[in-house]
Amino acid sequence: MATRSMAIHIDEGRIRRDLTVRKAGKIGMILEPLFAYFFLWAPIIVLVIFSFNDSRSVATWRGFTLRWYGNILSGAVGAEARFSTELMLSALGTSLVVALIATLIATVIGTAVSMSLVRGNYPAKSLVDGLLLLPVVIPEITQAVSLLLFFSAIFDFVGTTTGVRISPGIGTVIIGHVVFNISYVAIVVRARLADMNPHLEEAASDLGANPWRTFWRVTFPLILPGIISGALLAFTLSLDDFVVTFFNSGPGTTTLPVYVYGLIKLSVSPEINALSTLMLLASTVLIGISMALQGRNAGRG
Amino acid sequence: MQQVGIEIKNVIKEFPARRGEEPVRAVDNISLQIYEGEFFALLGPSGCGKTTTLRMIAGFEEPSSGEIILRGKPVQGVPPFHRPVNTVFQDYALFPHMTVLQNVMFGLEMAGVNAREARDRAAAALEMVRLKQFDRKPRQLSGGQQQRVALARALVKQPAVLLLDEPLGALDLKLRKEMQYELMQMQEELNMTFVYVTHDQEEALTMCDRIAVMDRGKVLQVGRGNEIYETPHSRFVADFIGETNFIEGKLTAINGKKATVVLPGGVEVEATPDQTGTSLNSSVTVAIRPEKITLVHVSLPTDQGLNARVSTAEVMSAIETEEDRTFVPGTIIFSNYIGTDTRYTVRIGESSTLIVREQNFGNFKDITFKVGDQVMVFWATENARVLIQ
Repeated sequence: MATRSMAIHIDEGRIRRDLTVRKAGKIGMILEPLFAYFFLWAPIIVLVIFSFNDSRSVATWRGFTLRWYGNILSGAVGAEARFSTELMLSALGTSLVVALIATLIATVIGTAVSMSLVRGNYPAKSLVDGLLLLPVVIPEITQAVSLLLFFSAIFDFVGTTTGVRISPGIGTVIIGHVVFNISYVAIVVRARLADMNPHLEEAASDLGANPWRTFWRVTFPLILPGIISGALLAFTLSLDDFVVTFFNSGPGTTTLPVYVYGLIKLSVSPEINALSTLMLLASTVLIGISMALQGRNAGRG
Repeated sequence: MQQVGIEIKNVIKEFPARRGEEPVRAVDNISLQIYEGEFFALLGPSGCGKTTTLRMIAGFEEPSSGEIILRGKPVQGVPPFHRPVNTVFQDYALFPHMTVLQNVMFGLEMAGVNAREARDRAAAALEMVRLKQFDRKPRQLSGGQQQRVALARALVKQPAVLLLDEPLGALDLKLRKEMQYELMQMQEELNMTFVYVTHDQEEALTMCDRIAVMDRGKVLQVGRGNEIYETPHSRFVADFIGETNFIEGKLTAINGKKATVVLPGGVEVEATPDQTGTSLNSSVTVAIRPEKITLVHVSLPTDQGLNARVSTAEVMSAIETEEDRTFVPGTIIFSNYIGTDTRYTVRIGESSTLIVREQNFGNFKDITFKVGDQVMVFWATENARVLIQ
């Protein structure tokens, strides 16, 4: 069969048009994230900048100062600073206690849940798996209100049956935090566990380790980075939480975010900017560690 | 009489149905006896149930019904950590957070052996597999080295039975051959029962004393390698182990150890009837290995008449033997030179073809065949087997 060469037809105009579109696309690829990040970060950047502003005004820049940070820490009160270091430290203390206890409980339960979800084999597993995500996706206000109603129902019941009056306080706040933290811990640990070679546990069992020893000698050391990372995430969420805490704390239990909210009701003072900046810093560090742990060792095992 | 180490009695393993699917019967009523000190292979394609069988011996799975008896003791309900059995996993399953030595010591620690003795025994086991990197983590080792650690870890507890789940599958060919040899030596030295799961028929033939060929959850045939190769009882076994020609025909006569099968086109061949027996006039398959067939030149007297080399009668008289042989005329239709051998495709009868392997010894131009050559094909009757379809 004879082959016939065909003339190649090139439409230069069309090529030029296509190249222009492509160029526009490239510029768009750079501009798009710039816009997105601007909206994400601009308010935070303003907050951080004005925490160093040498003026009570939060609108105009008057020069650099560390006065507001000093006010937070020095205990300055009165006309100059509408701020009480003592109250802030007490709120911070409450925040830390709540976060620590809630994290501890949520980490233990969350790890157990993830073990059951990854290794377990029971009929409604996919349902349980789906329910695990619920606290992450339902509006926080819904969760907060439902907890409030739940607690008052329980307290009513206990009150009418035993005569013991219980009121919301630090205990209810901790329980509320545990509730949403379990999901986050379980999701992080589950990912780690799912990455782990299931033959490792079989090998341990094969070599004479009962399930208890298999968990502590093989499974636990291998998922530990996941557990720590989940715990750090839970701790951060707990420290930052406002809505659930606000609804379930009752009088007398004030965490740092609730305290800040209280201050803001009067007016936005530069001390709040400074305090928020410090909280931002703490959260960023914790989340950074958590993410580093999730990234490290991933895929190993 | 050899002592039975593992007895598998009518074991069935069914996995529960997934949504919208039938329950899967991974192992379908198998019975096996594995002797003490034997190198035993479970051989079959993927999904044949060989790994499930191994996992039931190890205790990772419980049979749905039937019994597994280890050294005379039924092990129903005994968890893996109480069975005197250790496993070498396909992916080695080395503990990534422990050093090589810690990996090997793990089993001894779990058995309550004191640290000093455990260390000595682990070191001895590692020496046996010729590994010196005690303090490395598994990921710092090559595949072959990891394989050795897995072996040492399983052997150090001196189990009654060592289970190996395709342990050489991830290694390259050369290393695999080396490890095959080492495993054989080790098994002989330790005189331990090895149960070896593989899909590689050559590996099973090379290493193992006896082989159980499995397919779709059933054991099709158990026997020594040469028995299975030479006298396969089913088409699947003949096909799975080595290369085999299958020619279809009709069984016309059985006379003791000789069956006559008529191929399409009326050509008659003789073969050994299968043990299970078949009825006359039924459709059957004759199985014959390519290397069991011999080719000789014939050029029937033609008009030219001059290139006749050998006549059928001459061929028959030339092969002085008391064995029964079947002679069939054929035509070479394809020839494929592959180094040590040449593979010929020969048409016999109307539509049957045979693959024939001829070794390329010497430089005898006379015994090479060209496409189109008229040949005489023959084989010893006992090497051809009639299989029921």
